[in-house]
Amino acid sequence: MIELRNVSFSYGDQPVLRDVSFTVAHSESLVIMGPSGGGKSTILRLILGLECPQEGEIIINSDNICVMKEKDKRKLRKKIGMVFQDGGLFDSLTVGENVGYYLIEHTKMSYDEIEEKVVKMLGFVGLDADEVIDKLPEQLSGGMQRRVAIGRTLLSTDPKIMLFDEPTTGLDPQATKKVLHLIQKLRDEKSISTIAVTHQIVDSFAIADRYLVIHEGEVAFDGDVMQLRDSADPRVLAFLSPFRDSFKAVYERKFIGG
Amino acid sequence: MLKTFAYQSQEILFFAVRMIRALFSRTIYVSETMEQMYLIGVGSLFLVGLTGVFAGQGFAYAFTVELSDFGATTYLGRIMVIAIVRELGPVLTGLMIAARVASGITAEIGAMKSSNQLDAMVAFGIDPMKKIAVPRLIALVVMLPALTIFCDVIGLLGAYVVAIFITHITSTQFWSAVFDRLIFGNIFVGLLKPVLFSFVIAFVACYKGFTSEGGTKGVGRATTESVVLSSILILVVNFLITKVVFSLIKGYL
Ligand SMILES: Nc1ncnc2c1ncn2[C@@H]1O[C@H](COP(=O)(O)OP(=O)(O)OP(=O)(O)O)[C@@H](O)[C@H]1O
Ligand SMILES: [Mg+2]
Repeated sequence: MIELRNVSFSYGDQPVLRDVSFTVAHSESLVIMGPSGGGKSTILRLILGLECPQEGEIIINSDNICVMKEKDKRKLRKKIGMVFQDGGLFDSLTVGENVGYYLIEHTKMSYDEIEEKVVKMLGFVGLDADEVIDKLPEQLSGGMQRRVAIGRTLLSTDPKIMLFDEPTTGLDPQATKKVLHLIQKLRDEKSISTIAVTHQIVDSFAIADRYLVIHEGEVAFDGDVMQLRDSADPRVLAFLSPFRDSFKAVYERKFIGG
Repeated sequence: MLKTFAYQSQEILFFAVRMIRALFSRTIYVSETMEQMYLIGVGSLFLVGLTGVFAGQGFAYAFTVELSDFGATTYLGRIMVIAIVRELGPVLTGLMIAARVASGITAEIGAMKSSNQLDAMVAFGIDPMKKIAVPRLIALVVMLPALTIFCDVIGLLGAYVVAIFITHITSTQFWSAVFDRLIFGNIFVGLLKPVLFSFVIAFVACYKGFTSEGGTKGVGRATTESVVLSSILILVVNFLITKVVFSLIKGYL
């Protein structure tokens, strides 16, 4: 379980988040939306303990991550998988080494075992393993890099919490569908709590139990899809207005997509 | 200006303490350390050799002119040992490595930071201090003294060539004078320096990399600052050692 209690955070003297509170229950999946620069990525960084808020607390499985010892933090992070917005791939390692990173660093598996898992994972995220495994990340397209990043995170053993920062941006429709399906599967079969940041509102219908709209560092909305549709908050209305049609479409179940 | 300098010195000191603590932790990444040793050591051989030979020849030539006024050219070897083993070898090698390696370390770490690779590493439960900083520190502490010895040897050989062809003293005259002064005190000071310089370079270069900010431009600025600051600190530390250590072990010189 993840809980943010009255979290305020600023980079230097630039305020980014103001009094943000929400919880994500066990095996629940939350989608965070909102205008660019609102602080969505920052929330994920705070949950990972990469930064600490100036005010408020972040509780993960009943522990406050910011008062933990480094050693315990590292242990906790092994249970959290994060896909960074720009991938964060290790550019001096090959695609195969990137995807197998966790296994290489934290387990005593043999090279062959790891390679087998890596090949399987690359296939799983829709990449041709023979073609990409020995390439460097910079030799791949943006969408391919994103899939490598997702594969790398999924191959870290047994995450209990998954954080996705715009997992489907830059993917073609087929890959998007696959990734969304994957997020669903993780939640349903492994009871993983998920937080996904996305701008693609239509994609989010497939995975969201609940929505959070972040507007200039504040929580503008917290609730399910019906409440989102009926919300009268001007900030939510402004954010959703471009999607009105697709919203309707989904509801009328005529077609999916915009 | 003075305030930022004081603040930064303090920050680097804190950083150094963290780095030393990471050095004595149980996890040491051996293959990264080996790779860095190779990159720093073997990669710098040519540069350091070139520095050594020209410095040795240049000084030998200058001293020849000066010593011949007194008819004391047979002392050339003695002076060269003091000049090269105690001062020039360590300082020039330190400055060359600061230029070549400190810049590389800062740029690499800065680039990793600006593309979220350091955060990704942390997210995977890896401590960048242990994985990135410590291997470079160990590699520098091992390789800088080794490179300094290499520079000393090449420098003395360069001086030897000058001694034979320009100073016109015999081989025996030169080398016996050299070995006269190649005593514990000089060798000790000549090796203590690169060990301390290696810590200076590692601390400054890693600190500047980990704290770089503001994308590509920020990494560029951090790289420049890293080279400038480590070079200045090398000269300051060199002076302090020559002054302090010297007065302590004067009996051995
Ligand atoms: N390292 C940093 N240093 C200073 N300010 C930062 C830093 N990272 C982010 N910010 C600022 O924090 C604010 C929130 O950034 P954040 O990346 O969380 O936005 P976001 O909601 O994820 O936007 P996007 O949808 O474009 O990814 C922005 O105004 C940004 O300028
Ligand atoms: Mg973002």
